[in-house]
Amino acid sequence: MILHGRSWKFGDDISTDLIAPGRYFHLRSDLPELAKHVLEDADAEFAKKVSGGDFIVGGRNFGLGSSREHAPTIIKLAGVSCVIAKSFARIFFRNAINIGLPVIECDTDKIAAGDELEVDLEKGVIKDLTKKIELKFAPLPKAMTRILGDGGLVEHIKKHGDFKIE
Amino acid sequence: MGKTISEKILSEHSGKDLKADDFAIVKVDLCLLQDGTGPLAVRQLDKLGIKEVVNPQGIAVFLDHAAPSPRKELSNDHITLRNFARKTGCYLFEIGEGVCHQIMSELFTSPGDVLVGADSHTCTGGALGAFATGMGSTDVAVAMGLGKTWFRVPKTIKVSVTGKFQPGVFAKDFILFLIGTLGAEGATYKALEFTGDAMESLSMPERLVISNMAVEAGAKAGIFASDKVTKSYLKQHGREDKFKPVLPDKDAKYDREINIEVDKLVPMVSMPHTVDNTKPIDKAGEVKVHQVFIGSCTNGRIEDLRIAAEIWKGKKRDPDTRVIVTPASKEVYLQAAKEGLVEIFIDFGATVTTPGCGACVGVHGGILGDGENCVSTSNRNFLGRMGNPKGFVYLVSPATAAASAIKGELTDPREYF
Repeated sequence: MILHGRSWKFGDDISTDLIAPGRYFHLRSDLPELAKHVLEDADAEFAKKVSGGDFIVGGRNFGLGSSREHAPTIIKLAGVSCVIAKSFARIFFRNAINIGLPVIECDTDKIAAGDELEVDLEKGVIKDLTKKIELKFAPLPKAMTRILGDGGLVEHIKKHGDFKIE
Repeated sequence: MGKTISEKILSEHSGKDLKADDFAIVKVDLCLLQDGTGPLAVRQLDKLGIKEVVNPQGIAVFLDHAAPSPRKELSNDHITLRNFARKTGCYLFEIGEGVCHQIMSELFTSPGDVLVGADSHTCTGGALGAFATGMGSTDVAVAMGLGKTWFRVPKTIKVSVTGKFQPGVFAKDFILFLIGTLGAEGATYKALEFTGDAMESLSMPERLVISNMAVEAGAKAGIFASDKVTKSYLKQHGREDKFKPVLPDKDAKYDREINIEVDKLVPMVSMPHTVDNTKPIDKAGEVKVHQVFIGSCTNGRIEDLRIAAEIWKGKKRDPDTRVIVTPASKEVYLQAAKEGLVEIFIDFGATVTTPGCGACVGVHGGILGDGENCVSTSNRNFLGRMGNPKGFVYLVSPATAAASAIKGELTDPREYF
């Protein structure tokens, strides 16, 4: 799958509290409404500015904190096609795959805010079309490729009736 | 080759001889849902078309993050969870019964169990010798529906701790120090195994503090070997039959080993806005304190409340510092009342709230105003954590929180010991 969009740059330690703030706890059963506040405490205008297909490009330990799956879910609902970061917190990473949001670990220093990116998930290549550079990333573990390939964990289990990760 | 505790438990639950980095399907003993993550898990089960859970006696649902509910949307989420519990026959813990991890430890979690919870602090169960870890709603939904999940077996960091804690220095100070040392992603994808005489001599409540915060270093689990302390805690809660020793093999292979000596450890503070931003209290500077919060799954136990009461007895809070005490469970609350602690808190000028998570997670019952500082015994100080991105949260031990409430500023508690 080839993804195409602009880069939205964030720093290190973007917590799930920044992505889906606790003060909107009551909106967790109204995800489209919660998605209007995605990343609000890191960039107040992000939800309004982001366009379908765009990328979130973070630093280290993206998604640290709570297990709230609502965090990757509202990132996806906001139209983001993929999160690229230097590293991810474990639960966020797994949750993103489970809800069908691709996540890529890669050195993001060379990508600037607003750069036009093209990502080939199978080949493991990010093309920064603005900078005219290519960045490589390691593929996901097989278990996660299987789940993501089926569109997420619910779809994976519905399709196979069980885990089919080997 | 020898095995770590994680390798042993996961091998036993998969029927395979697993080592670190293996992928495996693993039988799940216990599942936990709370009111922030549970409704989504219920909806995902519906999407899966799964009507019955495999083992209702191993599932506990907690109404603790919004207890009692401050909004109609959350009241409706509570209805979803009550209906789910009724329909599936799993356990439901109503508002006021307590914080999920405290009740799991009191009533459910046993050595050798695999516990998955839709709450990141599920790793608390590692103190009891379980492989306990936080996951998202969909993972827990599938674990409830199929009775199993998948894991990559974590590598383990052995944390060997020796020496004796000085008066006024506690397990909380140790775990803040460790997180500061490892960094917020220092143990990502890994398990921590706590060992050494300083850990063996800790009570179960203190071990729970340490395992609870393992996730703040990115860890998948934070585990103690089960021993006589584990046995006596289980006995105290009428579950002595659940004891079994789960120990690492002597020749277990560790990712690395960290050695820490606690004799010289001092009270620690995690400064805003990351947990690994730790400083010894004498380097934390002058911090005016608008609110003190003693509670949460980290430090809302009876032992924590006793420390606060001991420091507060016969004193008054600083007039400019409000104080919130939230017992971690109904059992803790009752015990505090029986021991006269609640009276001391109220005389001191504190307010005592319903057992739950509201203040810590920024839902209700302790939201900060713009520019305000809170000294808190909870486990996270991320920007916006206590309901306001213009607030500042400092994480400390119950002793430091109690001392700070008297002085109205961040205070070294050792003068009270």
